[in-house]
Amino acid sequence: MEAIILQILNGLDKGSAYALIALGLTLIFGTLGVVNFAHGALFMLGAFCAVTLSRLLSLAHVTVDPTRKDFLGNPLKVETPYVHEWFGPETGAAIIEWSVPLSILFAIPIMIVVGLAMERGLIKHFYKRPHADQILVTFGLAIVLQEIVKFYYGANPIPTPAPSAFAGSFDFGAMIGLDPGSIIYPYWRLIYFAFAAVMIAAVFAFLQFTTFGMVVRAGMADRETVGLLGINIDKRFTIMFAIAACVAGLAGVMYTPINSPNYHMGMDFLVLSFVVVVVGGMGSLGGAVLAGFLLGVLESFASMTEVLELIPGINQIIIYLVAIVVLLTRPRGLMGRKGVMEQ
Amino acid sequence: MLNLDKSDLRLFLLVAAALVLAPFILNPFPEGSNLAQFNAGYPDLMQRLVIFGIFAIGFNILFGLTGYLSFGHAAFLGVGSYAAIWMMKLLTMNVIPAIVVSIIVAGIFAALVGFISLRRSGIYFSILTLAFAQMSYSLAYSVLTPITGGETGLQPKINDPRILDAPLLDGATPTAGLFGIDMRASWQLSVGDWLFTFNFGYYFAAVVMLIAFYVSMRIFRSPFGMMLRAVKTNQNRLNYTGVNTRPYTLTAFIISGMYAGLAGGLLVAMDTQVGADRMFWTASGEVVLMTILGGAGTLIGPVLGAGFIKYMENVVSKINETVLHQWFYWLPDGLEDFVVSVIYPFVGKGWHLTLGLMFMAVVIFLPGGLMEGLRRLTQGRKKKADEKTGGAVATPAE
Amino acid sequence: MGILEVQNVNKRFGGLQALRDVNLSIAQGSLHAIIGPNGAGKSTLLNCFVGRLIPDTGSVTFDGSSLIGLKPHEINQAGVTRVFQTPEIFGDLSLLENVMIPAFAKRDGAYKPSMWSPLQGEREIREQAEEALASVNLADKRHQTANSQSRGNKRRLELAMGLVQKPKLLLLDEPTAGMARADTNATIDLLKEISATGITMVVIEHDMHVVFSLAQKITVLAQGSPIVEDLPENIKGNPKVQEAYLGGAHL
Repeated sequence: MEAIILQILNGLDKGSAYALIALGLTLIFGTLGVVNFAHGALFMLGAFCAVTLSRLLSLAHVTVDPTRKDFLGNPLKVETPYVHEWFGPETGAAIIEWSVPLSILFAIPIMIVVGLAMERGLIKHFYKRPHADQILVTFGLAIVLQEIVKFYYGANPIPTPAPSAFAGSFDFGAMIGLDPGSIIYPYWRLIYFAFAAVMIAAVFAFLQFTTFGMVVRAGMADRETVGLLGINIDKRFTIMFAIAACVAGLAGVMYTPINSPNYHMGMDFLVLSFVVVVVGGMGSLGGAVLAGFLLGVLESFASMTEVLELIPGINQIIIYLVAIVVLLTRPRGLMGRKGVMEQ
Repeated sequence: MLNLDKSDLRLFLLVAAALVLAPFILNPFPEGSNLAQFNAGYPDLMQRLVIFGIFAIGFNILFGLTGYLSFGHAAFLGVGSYAAIWMMKLLTMNVIPAIVVSIIVAGIFAALVGFISLRRSGIYFSILTLAFAQMSYSLAYSVLTPITGGETGLQPKINDPRILDAPLLDGATPTAGLFGIDMRASWQLSVGDWLFTFNFGYYFAAVVMLIAFYVSMRIFRSPFGMMLRAVKTNQNRLNYTGVNTRPYTLTAFIISGMYAGLAGGLLVAMDTQVGADRMFWTASGEVVLMTILGGAGTLIGPVLGAGFIKYMENVVSKINETVLHQWFYWLPDGLEDFVVSVIYPFVGKGWHLTLGLMFMAVVIFLPGGLMEGLRRLTQGRKKKADEKTGGAVATPAE
Repeated sequence: MGILEVQNVNKRFGGLQALRDVNLSIAQGSLHAIIGPNGAGKSTLLNCFVGRLIPDTGSVTFDGSSLIGLKPHEINQAGVTRVFQTPEIFGDLSLLENVMIPAFAKRDGAYKPSMWSPLQGEREIREQAEEALASVNLADKRHQTANSQSRGNKRRLELAMGLVQKPKLLLLDEPTAGMARADTNATIDLLKEISATGITMVVIEHDMHVVFSLAQKITVLAQGSPIVEDLPENIKGNPKVQEAYLGGAHL
């Protein structure tokens, strides 16, 4: 029982990331009809927004304190972060400490600009090109983006810790009346899951309850007809692209404390997220979210030692295996619509 | 001759000549000169040029003809490599059994993957092949470590059984060869300042590539090839014409898998060290790029694409800051530093950035690849000439 | 007993009954037209013959064996060839290749990977294809790509692709739609010639001029079921038919 709950919980954070990326992929695919292999790079860019902000906040000017000496006997150099000077040492320290959550505010405008630039500058020219071309050009873009990040940030993962208030773990088992110590769960993972749930709910609410969302949904179902009604679909779709970029970016921002960001994290997640989208059903938003969590949890179950003893290596391949089975038995995925990408 | 028509025969002879003369062609700059770093005429690189040429030729049979975009072909190359290294460990260091078995094993694996993946088309097919390749990669790194050597990989050891070979002397290293001729055997020719290297391994790989190229030519010009092109244009209609398309696509998939296996086996014949990283999906992406860069669906395009990319990779990644400063020393100091700092991200370790940009540029500006560019150039010239003489432009499709 | 026997075929799409208790018998060697107003189910019926759709109930028997559940290529191999209404051609291939493909399928069956013999050496197939192209007056364009052709030429190419197989049963879906008058008349003559060689033909057609100059027998379909089946001269005055069309066409 404890083991099962623990595995479900463990699967949630990865599942959240899959779901958020897959959601964006599906949105882009459903609205623009574009297969975006660069979507993982947006996730990665988001994560590096967090890295950048934490570095910006730690920018310091160096003063020499002649009254103190370091262990070599030279005058001690003191680094004072600018934020300490501006907001006072205590607030300044708190700001630096909370850089990851603060990065959300920092990342939103950046991701929107990146998303708009990407759609207007590149993707829009590929609406009518074959899917193979879309895959190839976005694949190239993904390589370019990750190489740029690698050039400026290096190849090594950059630890980006959560605020210390959330750094520890808590005893989830005791909270729900099981043996204390049976289920220890880090705070940040729970926060990540809650964050993902809020994001997903927000996207769905936006699509469900606003006129804008209604038009977009109608456009996803039948682009031509909506276009004929005299509604400027393309503009809305551009905005949807920016939103999808934003969702992926924020997913990346919040993921940084769980896994230190590196330049290839986008590609790692992209391949799996594509599998998630296909399992969920191309063009189905609900399917993408469902499949994201499902596969995240499944992956976590497959990593249990008991399972691994039974079927060694299953944790490495479970997602692909599920994808293959789903594609062969339900070609449209779990919740796919008819006629999407069947050619 | 060779059952090829005139223009194909000319192309074939051209390729053969280029392969024979490659040590000269690829070494145009004298040794020790500033430009010597642009030379590609050394064995290691020449071997890779032809081996990846084979890989791309095979990929083109699938993607270029049928339009099915596989994102998992590196898996077949990897499987071929593992099969080859095991032949060398168990049987003999002679490359023939290694290569034959690598083709067969890759073909069987391709049959399995293709049988399942080809039930879907379009992006679903791409994802299925990607999933299979990533599965193979993950397994090679984890559970299959006894077979694949995991992270360390595999290489021939002195105490491997090798039942067909005479036992090695103590301290000797097992080397791959062909009936006693070492693959690494080289003969050098010095002409003035130039130094040309003729490597046995390269010529062996070149002969194999020539055969592979010839086979692909025959396939392209056969009724089978025409059926595959029809699959690309309108698979649905082909079914209503009485053709069962799935075995056709499966056959193409297996053939291209066997080509990948052959390339994998040859890689081992040249460098007897195998790791799972050659199965990673970026490797699959690379062969896609080679094919489209050269021109998918054209005969020689993929070979050019493979050669171009492998050459660029080699040359570009060797350029470093010092080299850049040497090039631009004639600029005023400030400008020199600026130019160097602009170019620097694209060279050396930044090779992948250049690769990504090339990828995008080709898809955006030249969807038909280098061959399409060449065709446009020659046609443009022809058109101009025709306009001058007042002749009509008559270019039949074939 | 006809060469094609259709019994009690029903087909629903959601709430729409596209075909209702269709019974039809096509006599060997005849030229049979199926007409009816838009939405009468003509194309649905044709799709049930070639395996694109599977009827909910009923049977479709060709030459004594059932076609239900067979894949499209199996139905073609059994001797039923369809000519499509909107040209479904191999756009990147030359006209000659477009016609050689069905010729190969006829000679070599559904799968024969002959990858070693050059296409150039297939003289027999080539001659068949050239003959078929000549019969639709496209011989001089045989090396051009199919995509580069006018719509009328594409339609004629479609026809050639069907003719080259010399099938037992040729299904024609509006073979003259979109053709100029002269081409239409030429096509009528061509189809008559083919019919004279003994190939059974089923034609779906809108153009009454074509129907009445060709058909030996006519079935009128309305709202998914055949209402009349008779000789052309008797169809013209039939009140049921006029009612079905509601004056939409002058018979």
